[in-house]
Amino acid sequence: MSPNLRIAFRFLTAKKRAMLMSLSCTVLGVGLFIVTQATTSGFEDFFVRTLLGTDGAMRIEDRKQSTLQSMEAAGGSGAHILQREGVKYIEGVEEPQLIKDAVRNFANVRGVSAVLRGNVQVTSPFKTEDAQIFGIKLDEHRLVSELERKITTPGGLGKFLESTSAVLIGRVLADRLQLSVNDSIVINARGESRRYHLAGIYESGSRDIDKTRIYLDLGEARSLLRRPTGATFVQISLHAPNRAREDAAHMEEVLGHSVRPWQEREKEWLSVFRALRVSSAITVTVFTLIASLAMFNTLAMIVLEKTKDIAILRSMGYERRDITQIFLWQAAIVLGIGALLGGLFGAAVTWGVSLVPLPINTLFKTQTFIVSWSVWHYVQAIATAVVMVMVASLVPARRAARLEPGDIVRGTAQ
Amino acid sequence: MSTVVTPASAPRVGDLALRCNALQRYLGQGEGRVHVLKGVSFEARRGQVYAIVGPSGCGKSTLLYLLGLLDQPDGGEIEINGQPMSNRDDFARTAARGAHIGFVFQFHFLMLEFTALENVMMPMRKLGRLTPAAMEARARSLLDSVGLGAKTHRLGTQLSGGEQQRVAVARALANQPSIILADEPTGNLDVKNSALVFDLLTRLAKDNGQAVVLVTHNPEIAQRCDVTRPMRDGLFV
Repeated sequence: MSPNLRIAFRFLTAKKRAMLMSLSCTVLGVGLFIVTQATTSGFEDFFVRTLLGTDGAMRIEDRKQSTLQSMEAAGGSGAHILQREGVKYIEGVEEPQLIKDAVRNFANVRGVSAVLRGNVQVTSPFKTEDAQIFGIKLDEHRLVSELERKITTPGGLGKFLESTSAVLIGRVLADRLQLSVNDSIVINARGESRRYHLAGIYESGSRDIDKTRIYLDLGEARSLLRRPTGATFVQISLHAPNRAREDAAHMEEVLGHSVRPWQEREKEWLSVFRALRVSSAITVTVFTLIASLAMFNTLAMIVLEKTKDIAILRSMGYERRDITQIFLWQAAIVLGIGALLGGLFGAAVTWGVSLVPLPINTLFKTQTFIVSWSVWHYVQAIATAVVMVMVASLVPARRAARLEPGDIVRGTAQ
Repeated sequence: MSTVVTPASAPRVGDLALRCNALQRYLGQGEGRVHVLKGVSFEARRGQVYAIVGPSGCGKSTLLYLLGLLDQPDGGEIEINGQPMSNRDDFARTAARGAHIGFVFQFHFLMLEFTALENVMMPMRKLGRLTPAAMEARARSLLDSVGLGAKTHRLGTQLSGGEQQRVAVARALANQPSIILADEPTGNLDVKNSALVFDLLTRLAKDNGQAVVLVTHNPEIAQRCDVTRPMRDGLFV
């Protein structure tokens, strides 16, 4: 152990009460930082997971067509210049197979699925509701969504695969229509009615989806909607969803279709979560500020009480930087212990919070408080505490180092 | 940055250890500014014990702090073992203090959270010339020589005033400095302990060929020193 660390440790343990106060503040600062981050980002992460698991990381929707405008050149020469005016979008994807083949060449792409969407009315023996059908090829759609995992009824997707007249319905819509698995429904589209049977009920985690969306076989959907070719959109899942923006921009350029990454698709909700994150960041910064003020207070007190010891050390050949180090070591010791205990405290409280009942069934579905477990929350909490506490400790440490030993000895002796 | 530290391992009795010339020092500011030292010159040789005596406020302690490089003069020169120190930076003066000078203060000035052994080892740990085992052995030996061999692991708070001052003497000798500066080392002690501490200080210093400069109000102590320099109003008389 270095002499400075040894001295720092003794100085600190001699001021147990002040040290425990600083330590408590550091533990609270680090712990509450972690808890706040875990709870704030917990809901955001869950929301993102829900939407990625349902609607994929991006969608290729409409074909882009450049439009041209002619203008007369100046000087009345009669010459015309063709100028790019803007982009016209043609709804839907006309050649989904070509698009899918092209998209599969992108390294980050995990799965691609063409989807045909259409508005319908669905009727059970009890009720009629408006809904949207999503025609899918299940083999493809499994790769771009978590539909299989979200089936809540026995048998999973097995019954859906058995027949083209099988449909999957969201939990909210099924409850409204009072449907159970194997029940019959009638779907009406474009003036034509067809009978289907319910092969499964899913819970996507989003109430908006669960109250409107009906999945059925793509071929059957084409027949029902009278759309023998094309698709409404192509849904894509990615190995690294956070790279969706970059990939979308690249695909848009290459494919000539509008490509919407999930960040753009859900930007309203994501901006709400971002605002919450900023708000919580301000709160947790206050926590750590309190911790740093406590450390400042403790060190300032130790400096005042240890001026005589500083003079002794200086008289023995300890340099100014040794004195600075001794006080910074004290802050570092409190920080080290505080970070460890704060991390444990944060983890324990985060775990406790995750057990708190909190039924939500709107934007997403959950029964308990959602928390996020990320090592980065701990890294951020500790890094913030280190920066703030060490900066706060620099002031008393430098003050201690600036003390002139002669002045101290003279003052003490008088 | 180079230091001015030179080994003090081969002291020769009679060598000049410390010299100052025409030292000036003012204390206070504005109307309260006092001319404390008015051109003091002084020298101390190895193996000699010097007493600086005089009434309170005459500048004895101020001179001692200047000689110990704890303070900076407003004018004049200080040499430690032939090296000019008065205009050196804090780093060089601190290094010289650690290597060449041992202090004994009136109020013991032990670090009370540390044991007697740790207090004596502290200057050695900073200088870093010895291994940890050798430091501990030397500290034990020094404490033994001041009669505290059985109390090495007592905290400063568990020692009497006389014992604390003996630990301070042992600590001052820890790095085998060429100069021992003592500011009223017996000022807070009873007669018995005063004699004990003074005897220790002078015996150990003479054994090691060190120059001892002490400030004292005690005429008996002053009489027993090799050289007595009375001061008045910032000057030797």
